[in-house]
Amino acid sequence: MHELSIAQNILEIVGEYLPSDRRGLVKTVKLKLGEQAGIVPDSLEFCFNSLVEGTNLRGAVLEIERVPFVVRCNSCGRSSISESGLMMCSVCDGADVVLISGNELQVTAIEILDEEKIEA
Amino acid sequence: MSVITIERKVLEKNDEVAEQNREVFSRLGLFVINLVSSPGSGKTSLLEKTLAHLRDKVRVAVIEGDVQTDLDAQRVAVLGVPVVQIVTRGGCHLEASLVRDALRSIDLSKAQLLIIENVGNLVCPANYDLGEAMKVVVASTTEGDDKPLKYPAMFRNASVLIINKIDLLPYVNCNLESLKHNALSVNPALHIMETSCTTNKGIAEWCDWLQHNILRKNEI
Repeated sequence: MHELSIAQNILEIVGEYLPSDRRGLVKTVKLKLGEQAGIVPDSLEFCFNSLVEGTNLRGAVLEIERVPFVVRCNSCGRSSISESGLMMCSVCDGADVVLISGNELQVTAIEILDEEKIEA
Repeated sequence: MSVITIERKVLEKNDEVAEQNREVFSRLGLFVINLVSSPGSGKTSLLEKTLAHLRDKVRVAVIEGDVQTDLDAQRVAVLGVPVVQIVTRGGCHLEASLVRDALRSIDLSKAQLLIIENVGNLVCPANYDLGEAMKVVVASTTEGDDKPLKYPAMFRNASVLIINKIDLLPYVNCNLESLKHNALSVNPALHIMETSCTTNKGIAEWCDWLQHNILRKNEI
């Protein structure tokens, strides 16, 4: 539901790395998104595409890498994916677990086309 | 093609402002809670009961967040408490910058406790740090016992769960033990309390807990 403001934040970050006359060169913005980050990928992509349309970032694509919700169990020592987002070990059902990943919401890379190719 | 490799949190701006808010609260010696829940769980009723119970004991200030209207701020103002209303005009959650701006319109110099009542929504407010000491999530018995499983992020990010409308248990399809079990399975560290704003059950315990935390904050 707040994907629009998230998409705005992503574009602000991208803008910091590129002067406005070079933003047309942005091909891909890469994002790490945890399974439990509370963001719907399709909505985020839709908002991102809507925002770049008609701006100097037009054509830029948001590439989302999903990160599973992983917990490490203090009882059995194993790490496992918890599909449901429960703080519970999927191997031994132990509840004494530590969160390893799954809440990510990070811009990790911006891919930029070479200027010469655009001119050609 | 060239690649700029970066590692930037999308919500870093919000987190920065939240940290600034936290410094302001710390300077003022304020204990701050961020009250979150779905719409209609009884956040504002709980707030009214809390303010009434803590009157003459604790100096409280309130920030109200709603999508539209200042109805909640009016309910709180009647109780003689400093209150400011944030109207998000469609926004589904409060952000740290909205709270920072609201702080300019409220006198916190005498307050010991600041309660921020977030927009009723179990999804988005989970992502946004406002600078609070902790999130307190309210779930009412009328919502059923599976809410923590459906909206795990909110229950995972909260420190306290208040199960409200406990007086309605005999009439609704909600198993109290299942609700607690579900909440603890997404967040084993959750502190759980039960309240009713109709019978006042649990209100004193909740207020004692608040007072205890205010005192503890002052000792640190």
